[in-house]
Amino acid sequence: MTSSRATGSRLSWIGAVPFLGYVALFLLLPTSLVVVQSFADAQNRPTLANVRFLAEPYVVSAFGNSIALSAVSAVIGAVLGAVLAWVVATGHPDGTLRRIATAVCGVLAQFGGVTLAFAFIATVGTQGLLTLLLQDLGLDLAGPWLYRLPGLVLVYSYFQIPLMVLVFLPALDGVRPQWREAVETLGGSTWQYLRHVAVPLLTPAFLGALLLLFANAFAAYATAAALISQGGVIVPLQIRTALTSEVLLGRENVGKALALGMVLVVAVAMYLYARVQARGARWLR
Amino acid sequence: MTAPPHLGPAATSLATAPERTGAGLHARRLRRRKMVRGVLLAAFAAFFGIPLLALVEFSTRERGAGGGRTLEAWKAIPQYPGLPEAIVASLQLAALTSVGALFLLVPTMVWVRLRLPRLSRLVEFLCLLPLTIPAIVLVVGWAPLYLWINYFTPRTYQSTPLVLTFAYVVLVLPYAYRTLDSGLSAIDVRTLSEAARSLGASWATVLLRVIAPNLGPAILNAALLSVALVLGEFTVASLLNYVNVQVAMNAIGQAEARVAVAVAAGALMSVFLLLFLLSFVGRGPRRVRSTR
Repeated sequence: MTSSRATGSRLSWIGAVPFLGYVALFLLLPTSLVVVQSFADAQNRPTLANVRFLAEPYVVSAFGNSIALSAVSAVIGAVLGAVLAWVVATGHPDGTLRRIATAVCGVLAQFGGVTLAFAFIATVGTQGLLTLLLQDLGLDLAGPWLYRLPGLVLVYSYFQIPLMVLVFLPALDGVRPQWREAVETLGGSTWQYLRHVAVPLLTPAFLGALLLLFANAFAAYATAAALISQGGVIVPLQIRTALTSEVLLGRENVGKALALGMVLVVAVAMYLYARVQARGARWLR
Repeated sequence: MTAPPHLGPAATSLATAPERTGAGLHARRLRRRKMVRGVLLAAFAAFFGIPLLALVEFSTRERGAGGGRTLEAWKAIPQYPGLPEAIVASLQLAALTSVGALFLLVPTMVWVRLRLPRLSRLVEFLCLLPLTIPAIVLVVGWAPLYLWINYFTPRTYQSTPLVLTFAYVVLVLPYAYRTLDSGLSAIDVRTLSEAARSLGASWATVLLRVIAPNLGPAILNAALLSVALVLGEFTVASLLNYVNVQVAMNAIGQAEARVAVAVAAGALMSVFLLLFLLSFVGRGPRRVRSTR
């Protein structure tokens, strides 16, 4: 018995081999390829040319656009999402509204890609439902704005707001009604309650959600690709160009350098997120 | 609970007559809150509802400026060149991916719980890693791998999109892991497997006939999530030059917008239906437990 147990535990790591092997091959290897080949040329000799490419003006502006787009859509998504989360949280905890809202938000937060782009083209595109309706009222919605950064901000809000609701709702639930009652008993006003209790308590959760939304928008590709069929306004679209167009001599690994740049930006956001989470977890549970 | 910032006179008089004004303040605040909530809900419902309505509306428009309704675009879906194949490919990918992810994860997670608890943090970290690496970054890394996969695929299967399964399993890992992990936490894996083992069951029997049935809802949940994710996947397929339903849809969008929008609406409805089913699957056992 003891000997079979001993060999069993010595050999038990074999059970994890298929999973670890798969993950190593299809997750860790591709990721390390991105990192390593960012610093290599087509013949796998070390070079800094790809990374230097990141300093070219149009790449810098693509990163600027990506960060601006992600930041703006994160702020809009976080503010509006927090409002919607408040509406949901102040309802009946087991009510229909809450059940429907969380289910719908769960779906919409994952909803993106080509379908979302089409939905907005069908709404505010040249022949869109809303465009045609407002045309009769003398308002002109149509224009190229949908296919540029302002359009992306609008379209991204469609999945950012629901994500915010999902992330922020538990934090709002953690705010006890008793705290408000305590403020009222002590003669405090609503403003004082917000200023000294609710806002300070919710700030870490809000900031954390903001960072999560930023990373979410920064990583999004499909919706932008379906709306903007050419060019590289934002970094993911630059990567598309690098992967699909004719590869220029000496530029074979530029896509990897762009991807590395994205990883770094997301890593900073996630690091800050972890820091904020650690601070906020104390009160709200 | 928070309330909209409003500083009515009632709020300031709270201190002078707490009993009566307190009650009035409460009623007024509730009424006001109800109204604000109603307006906000309507606005959000419009923002999220109108684009979905527009999808359906656009796909049923009659050609030309007549303003009539027709199902022409929907009926064109099965005949559109390349489209049925792409739909079938996406469905096959969805099935392969969910089965693949389950076969990879369930035995590993059970095994780690029983024999290798030291590895649990590592497995969790690896499974959640794809959440932090953007899919577009992974595609860049997969591109050279897929050159190799292509090289080793027999010529007759050269352009089949089914090889995307390898990548898709990685993409669904975080979601499948989370649902399975919460499922496994709810049952006593150790006792169940020790009981079965002491009665002479093999490890395969333990997994398939003892653990799996107990994990039923979690497994179904993970599978449905994977299906929903794969049906909507565009990034990886399009950049690695494989055709799935989303890639086909995007291409058709340039030529025949109404058909493309009809496919989008159809795909969306099936995903909504799936996730709607899922919300029942997820709730089933919990409700049973709470009434007990």
